[in-house]
Amino acid sequence: MIVGERKPFNEIRAMLEGYKKVLILGCGTCVSVCMAGGQKEVSLLASQLRMDARLRKTEMVLGENTIQRQCDREYIEPIVEQAGNYDVVLSMACGAGVQLLAEMLTPLPVVPALNTTFLAVADREGTWLERCRGCGNCILADTGGICPVARCAKSLFNGPCGGSKEGKCEVSLDIPCAWQLIYDRLSDLGQLSQMEIIQPIRDWRPSDSGAPRSIVREDAIGVSGEKA
Amino acid sequence: MSVFEPRVVAFCCHFCAYSAADLAGSMRLEYAPNVRIVKLMCTGKVDALLLLKAFEDGADAVYVAGCEEGDCHFLEGNLRATKQVDRARKMLEEVGIEGDRLRMYPIGASDAPSFAAAANEMTEKARQLGPSPLKKEG
Repeated sequence: MIVGERKPFNEIRAMLEGYKKVLILGCGTCVSVCMAGGQKEVSLLASQLRMDARLRKTEMVLGENTIQRQCDREYIEPIVEQAGNYDVVLSMACGAGVQLLAEMLTPLPVVPALNTTFLAVADREGTWLERCRGCGNCILADTGGICPVARCAKSLFNGPCGGSKEGKCEVSLDIPCAWQLIYDRLSDLGQLSQMEIIQPIRDWRPSDSGAPRSIVREDAIGVSGEKA
Repeated sequence: MSVFEPRVVAFCCHFCAYSAADLAGSMRLEYAPNVRIVKLMCTGKVDALLLLKAFEDGADAVYVAGCEEGDCHFLEGNLRATKQVDRARKMLEEVGIEGDRLRMYPIGASDAPSFAAAANEMTEKARQLGPSPLKKEG
């Protein structure tokens, strides 16, 4: 899932300076699951902002709502009218959601309440770990299902490097060496010979190093304006 | 000038802290009358939002009283509540309200004196800190 983290309260407050009517809009998918921007977090932030406004003796009208997804036009459409009653929308979605919301609600300003952090797995309760960089060219079949792009500090394709010591990365003893993990997994799978494959020079064009990426699926595009 | 009488809200669990409060009554123990008890089946029901709302609605101090560690009727409800209290304290401090206005107490079912002491302590704390900043007039 996409993982986010709420911005510090002071930063959020600074973004709302000068606005009187604020709609706090949560997102019911990834950021709900990682407990950063769902319905509960909307209520908590609203409570804080109400208290803050009272303490500073400023007038603030706060609306609260959470939609299923802010990265999908059809979920935003039903709240466009509601949003029109406010001076600003404080989005608790990831950066993608904030941007689509901003596009659809123009000229209404939309500001982010979260920092979008990474693509992660829920390791255990309350702990999310980065597992994917969305590099656009997956090699997990060669590496025992462990991604060296996301999990090796150097994103090495032919590791490990000399900084791997007793299974740990030289960056931090808290970080396991991805290539040690890959070696151990391949060993468990009986596929150690994979380690001898030299990965060729990487074509990074499908990655995020260039222009914004897009996928267009002709079969998924509706005919005559209808949905497929 | 009217004398400030703190309004204190206590979220108490059914099996321990509330039983202790009941026993305190039976034992005729005297404690601050400022405390309003909200009974919960377990303090595991408490979340940060409930605690913030209590302050929004006019509490000068709030405490959560659950079972002693290891004695929770629902195993870990009291431990969960402790974490929610910590979180709510941080959120209060972020907006400039003293975190000390909120705390967690472990109180056994037969420990009426501790219940009375907690009620007095939190009332005294609220007196020291004064009215909640949310209630101060302009």
